[in-house]
Amino acid sequence: MASRIRYEDVEVGTPVPPCEFNVLRVQLLRFCGACSDYTGTHWNERIAKSVGLPDVIAHGTFTIAEAVRMVSDWIGDPGAVLGYEATFCNPVVVPDDDRGAMLHVMGVVEEKLDAKRVVLRLTVKSRDIKVVSGARVTARLS
Amino acid sequence: MSLNRAFIGRSQSWDEVYEVSREKIRDYALATGDMHPAYTDAKVARSLGYPDVIAPPSFAVMLFFRYGGWPLYDGTFGKKKAPVCVHRAQRATHYRPIHAGDRLLQTTVVNDVTDIGPHEQFTMTHEISTVEGERVCTIVNTIISRGTAGVEGQ
Repeated sequence: MASRIRYEDVEVGTPVPPCEFNVLRVQLLRFCGACSDYTGTHWNERIAKSVGLPDVIAHGTFTIAEAVRMVSDWIGDPGAVLGYEATFCNPVVVPDDDRGAMLHVMGVVEEKLDAKRVVLRLTVKSRDIKVVSGARVTARLS
Repeated sequence: MSLNRAFIGRSQSWDEVYEVSREKIRDYALATGDMHPAYTDAKVARSLGYPDVIAPPSFAVMLFFRYGGWPLYDGTFGKKKAPVCVHRAQRATHYRPIHAGDRLLQTTVVNDVTDIGPHEQFTMTHEISTVEGERVCTIVNTIISRGTAGVEGQ
């Protein structure tokens, strides 16, 4: 592992550069195929609406994959991401248009652990609504 | 119909091996839009200290759809096709990154089934290891079954 961020250079409260990710319908289709999750809410408006959702929604795993990407891009080595946890508190609604949805991800160092590990707390919003709560990523710095 | 609480504590593993390929990692990375070169370029992965291209941290969750969904397909669990389930929470713990060439096995245990208002939620833990017995990853998923709490069986 080879994080380009040094453990000594961060403190509790150090921010991670924020990121934005655009989510289009076609990406949800790709993700359905790549992970074999064809649950209708992720590609079919009729099914999504039948269970009370406003429209097709992103997979929780897709959403957290994007959020974790902010951390792996920051440290430069995705293998130094040791784990993550997240609760999907609101759906990421992806309309059938050219704009799709935007995910806004922010992060901050919440805790410094032993063995050069840190816990990062992430905030993930779409349309100004928090879509993930309790999002934490553990990573090993160098 | 409510979900069958007799499933709490049940565990299942499979003899079938999941072989991690470079191409599957590439497909998965492409689908997330995360094109870090460690996922696609073995030279970059080796320069970071890995034996081959590595998989994104969420890759391991995918094994659920191959090996972990057995309670959903067991009629006695009580999960109906409709309404569809909603993903509530996920925790991933990696003991090391998954890399191309890994031969993985998964064991899944149903940890809990509880009522959440009108809904039910169930939590499953997936332990992923190599065929040689090395622990690779633990995934915990919590899934909500909408509107099924307190519903009598047929």
